[in-house]
Amino acid sequence: MEPVSTIEGRAIPLGTKNVDTDVIIPAHWLKTVTREGLGKGAFESLRGQPGNPFDDPDFAGAPILIAGDNFGCGSSREHAAWALLDLGIRAVIAPSFSDIFAGNAFKNGILAVSLPQEQVDRLLEVARTDPVSLDLENQTVTTPFQDRFTFEIDAFRKHCLLEGLDEVGLTLERGDAIAAYEKRQARDMPWLAEPRENAA
Amino acid sequence: MASAPRTMYEKIWDAHVVETRDDGTSLVFIDRHLVHEVTSPQAFESLRASGRTVRRPDLTLAVPDHNVPTTARVDAAGKRLPIADPQSAAQLAALERNAPDFGIRHIGATAPEQGIVHVVGPEQGFSLPGATIVCGDSHTAAHGGIGALAFGIGTSEVEHVLATQTLLLRKSKTMEVRVEGALGPGVTPKDLILHVIGVIGTAGGTGHVIEYRGRVFEEMSVEGRLTVCNMSIEGGARAGLIAPDEVTFAYLEGRPYAPRGADWDRALAWWRTLRTDEGAAFDKSVTIDAADIEPTVTWGTSPEDVVPIGGRVPAPESFADPAKQEAARKSLAYMGLEPGQRLADVAIENVFIGSCTNSRIEDLRAAAEVLRGRHKAPGVKWAIVVPGSGLVKRQAEAEGLDRVFTAAGLEWREPGCSACLAMNPDKVPAGERCASTSNRNFVGRQGPGARTHLVSPAMAAAAAVTGRLADVRELA
Repeated sequence: MEPVSTIEGRAIPLGTKNVDTDVIIPAHWLKTVTREGLGKGAFESLRGQPGNPFDDPDFAGAPILIAGDNFGCGSSREHAAWALLDLGIRAVIAPSFSDIFAGNAFKNGILAVSLPQEQVDRLLEVARTDPVSLDLENQTVTTPFQDRFTFEIDAFRKHCLLEGLDEVGLTLERGDAIAAYEKRQARDMPWLAEPRENAA
Repeated sequence: MASAPRTMYEKIWDAHVVETRDDGTSLVFIDRHLVHEVTSPQAFESLRASGRTVRRPDLTLAVPDHNVPTTARVDAAGKRLPIADPQSAAQLAALERNAPDFGIRHIGATAPEQGIVHVVGPEQGFSLPGATIVCGDSHTAAHGGIGALAFGIGTSEVEHVLATQTLLLRKSKTMEVRVEGALGPGVTPKDLILHVIGVIGTAGGTGHVIEYRGRVFEEMSVEGRLTVCNMSIEGGARAGLIAPDEVTFAYLEGRPYAPRGADWDRALAWWRTLRTDEGAAFDKSVTIDAADIEPTVTWGTSPEDVVPIGGRVPAPESFADPAKQEAARKSLAYMGLEPGQRLADVAIENVFIGSCTNSRIEDLRAAAEVLRGRHKAPGVKWAIVVPGSGLVKRQAEAEGLDRVFTAAGLEWREPGCSACLAMNPDKVPAGERCASTSNRNFVGRQGPGARTHLVSPAMAAAAAVTGRLADVRELA
């Protein structure tokens, strides 16, 4: 994972609530064995609709997306995060996120920033004409008009994002603790520790 | 010293913490990992690229389900038929290569036990009460119906579990959904969960694990409990739980991977301790009167857009939230519905009975009961029944249900996810409606432009017979 520190640029003012994973990337795009190239399927059902921001040349390559409540609800498909990355989106700002999407975003170095609705509304207004800046170290979102909003982020996630850490690598270092758990479980709950197929 | 009263979630959590870190996150052991072909290829590729192995292949079970066609998979001579879509074929081939390469148990596309992972896990006794179960699929929540802490994960987490058999998690909040009273005639677990989602909203359970409590769940079959927990994610909760009881134990005993002999007795002793203690506190609690629940249908493009079958399409202005008003306007335009229209007047052209929500034997029995001696209406162009697994299919055929379906003009298919998410050839044509027993009515979910109305299996059968959304109670 690439380290994340600041993200600055145009922000796509989507604003819609409950943007689900089927809207972010429809299922027929999921038939891939790689992570790349999903941007062309991103927001397929919105594209072609008049006034949609994804076809607006002003927002081509914009690194930030601003959405409504419960962004990323629905499926666990990490393809949603990969599709956003492929579009060049490195941060999503919304009043709230689905739990699974927030985790998937984090694993891919996408900042999922929750701000109160009125602050999101203000950013949606600014985004139509001007850039928005995110600073992970200071946990702020700022605009050229002196708006300065602070956001909360899990300390562990912040650390991993700033350092670009590989979570699997970190956990593998805890192999001894995992082995100790496995040993305990094999002793106390052998039926759970070793699934055995029984003859029918 | 007696410990403080704990919820069932807290008991399962406590039993699986490997270690808790200073920042409050915990490394949690995963007992069972289900793998399918869509969300795993990139995880296996990452393992290969970094020279990593699967820590516990014995705790991992791979089953293809999303892409498999539901038409015949072998010819008359038993020879495997090719899959027309090259991308689907490539994903299935990747799983068929990855499973043996990493030493993982694999139920292949033509195996008699193949089916939807969330049907196969409990059916095989691979999913057990008190276990932590994950899968790269949000409907993993289903396994909560047998009392497992089960939730969907993304592909990076799939890789993490494959490599370490753990996940780094922060403890969730707990939410109690208490349903008082009993369900009325014709009202099913599917109607119950649709109603619950309508009450709490699609973000109502975000950050929480839901525990469903009340007599109605104690009286419910395991199949029904799996249906309820399955759709916890549509209420925003990553996991749903129902306390395991004698009904659960009777369901599991003797299943292929369920413990036996002395192991069974030890397991049973622990399972009986899992229910939430008297006096344990939930972070959030919602109480619902079962008498308020009627056969329920969705009108919009979010699972929270529910209305009783006797109701009408709501006017967007009837919602207090301006954002919801706007969403409702868009939904109605997509769905081709007018405010005030009676749901029971809405004609449908397609019926889908299947999905990890409603493809178990009881679901098929409920649909067959309505269809027996009847025929699908002339306006219904496409109606398919897709059993959740090969074993469900065999059981249904032994009971003659397949003949009830085909006599009624419905197609009887091979198991898989099918038209729930239209990754295989089973799609609803653009602009057409489908009465569907699946779990999501999102825009384009069943195919581009497809209009989905979520219903129970009995209600889907009633729609097939009448050619419109219909109250199954009127067909009795």
